[in-house]
Amino acid sequence: MIPASFAYERADSVEGALALLAEHGDEAKLLAGGHSLLPLMKLRLATPSVLVDVGRLDGLSYVVDGGSELRIGALTRHHLLETDPLLRASCPLLAYAASQVGDPQVRHRGTLGGTLAHGDPASDLPAVVLALGGTLVVRGPGGEREVAAADFFTGFLETALSPDEMLVEVRLPKTGDAGWSFQKFNRRAQDWAIVGVAYARGFGVGLVNMGSVPLRATAVEAALASGASAGDAAAVAADGTEPPADLSASVEFRRHLAQVLVRRALQEAGV
Amino acid sequence: MEISLTVNGERRTHEVEPRLLLVHYLRTVLGLTGTNVGCDTSSCGACTVLIDGESVKSCTVLAVQADGLDVTTIEGLAPGGVDQMHPVQQAFREHHGLQCGYCTPGMVLAAVSLLAENPSPTEDDVRHGLEGNLCRCTGYHNIVKAVLAASGQRVAP
Repeated sequence: MIPASFAYERADSVEGALALLAEHGDEAKLLAGGHSLLPLMKLRLATPSVLVDVGRLDGLSYVVDGGSELRIGALTRHHLLETDPLLRASCPLLAYAASQVGDPQVRHRGTLGGTLAHGDPASDLPAVVLALGGTLVVRGPGGEREVAAADFFTGFLETALSPDEMLVEVRLPKTGDAGWSFQKFNRRAQDWAIVGVAYARGFGVGLVNMGSVPLRATAVEAALASGASAGDAAAVAADGTEPPADLSASVEFRRHLAQVLVRRALQEAGV
Repeated sequence: MEISLTVNGERRTHEVEPRLLLVHYLRTVLGLTGTNVGCDTSSCGACTVLIDGESVKSCTVLAVQADGLDVTTIEGLAPGGVDQMHPVQQAFREHHGLQCGYCTPGMVLAAVSLLAENPSPTEDDVRHGLEGNLCRCTGYHNIVKAVLAASGQRVAP
C-alpha cells in the first residue's frame, strides 16, 4: 500500500511550521511520528496534498517540572514518556499508559502531541489526558491559546485545532502518590484497546473506545464523589456512552467491559 | 526530494518521491532485500529496521523522514557474512529461534533494540519487548530463549 502523492515540507521551527500551514491551508497536515497519519494515508483514507514534517523539532521533546504542573512537549515520543524518571515519579499514570501504546517500534516513533491531535477515541493517551484534566497549549497565527482537554476532542478524529494551528505542549497535574490505574483490554498484544480505562484518584476517570470521542466517565466520578463503593461506582461506567460495534466487540460487550474495567481500575487504585 | 542517509555504515544519496516508504527505498532502490514486507500495516514487524539504533517499522516511515539519519538493516548486522554473525543472530541459530525465517530479520533487529535498552531482560521483558513482531512458526519459545542467551543469561538448551 502506497500513499497518494503529496508535497513534503520539513519545518525547522514552530514558526516555520505555522507559516507552511498558513500557506497551504487545510490541504496540509502536520506529520510528527506518523504512526497514526501514515497508516491512514496508505489506506487512502487521508490524502493531504502537503505534509509538513515537524518530526525534527527536538525542542518540543521534553518533560519538565513546571512547579505546580508538568509540562510535556508535543513531540515527546511514547518511548520517552514511559522511561522518563520525572514523569514516572510525578504522573505515573501517563508513563505507564504510554508503555501500553502499540508496541516498542510504534513507541519509538509515535508522539504525545500526534496521538492527541489525531483524536482517535480508541487511542490510549487521549483518555489519560482527559482523566487528568490536562491543558493543551496550541499555537497559531494569532499566538498561543490554552484548551482544556475536556474541550479538545470535538468529534471522531476531530479536535479543537484549526488547520492553521499546532499543538505544542501538554500540561498535566502532578498526581504524586495518588492511587491510579490504567486498564487496557484487547485481543492482540499490540492492538488498540477494545475498551480502556484511565483513573487517577482525586482527578478523574477516562474511557477509551466508548464513543466517537475519548470520554470521561462522569457518572462514575459523581458516584465516587458521593461516597459510592468501587463496585457501585463501576456499575454506572457505561452511562451516557455510545460505544461503537465492530469486529472486536458489540455495543453490549463494550458496555459490560467498561463496568468490569472501571471496577478493576478503582480497586487497583485503592478505592 | 534528495535524501542522504547512512545505511549500514555507508552514505547513500538518492532523489526520491516523498511518498516512498523506507522499506521500499531499502528493498527496491538499495537492493537490500533482507528487510521483508509482511502485513504492510505496521502490525507484524517483519519490516523492522533500526533508525539511530531504535527499532522502527519501515513500512510506516517515509524514506524522507530518514534523511540524515543512521539506518541499520539485517545486512548491516553481519557485514562479514555467516562466519561473523551478530551475537543475536548466533543465538537465534543456536537456540533454533526460527523455522521459515520470514519474521527473522525483523525479530533479530527488534531484539537488538530491546537489548540495547535493557541489557539483562527477564523472560517477561523479552516477551513484552517483542510484542511488535509476529512469528507464525515457532510459538516464540525459542525466540525468547535466543534473546535471553544473547544477553549472556544461561538458558536451558
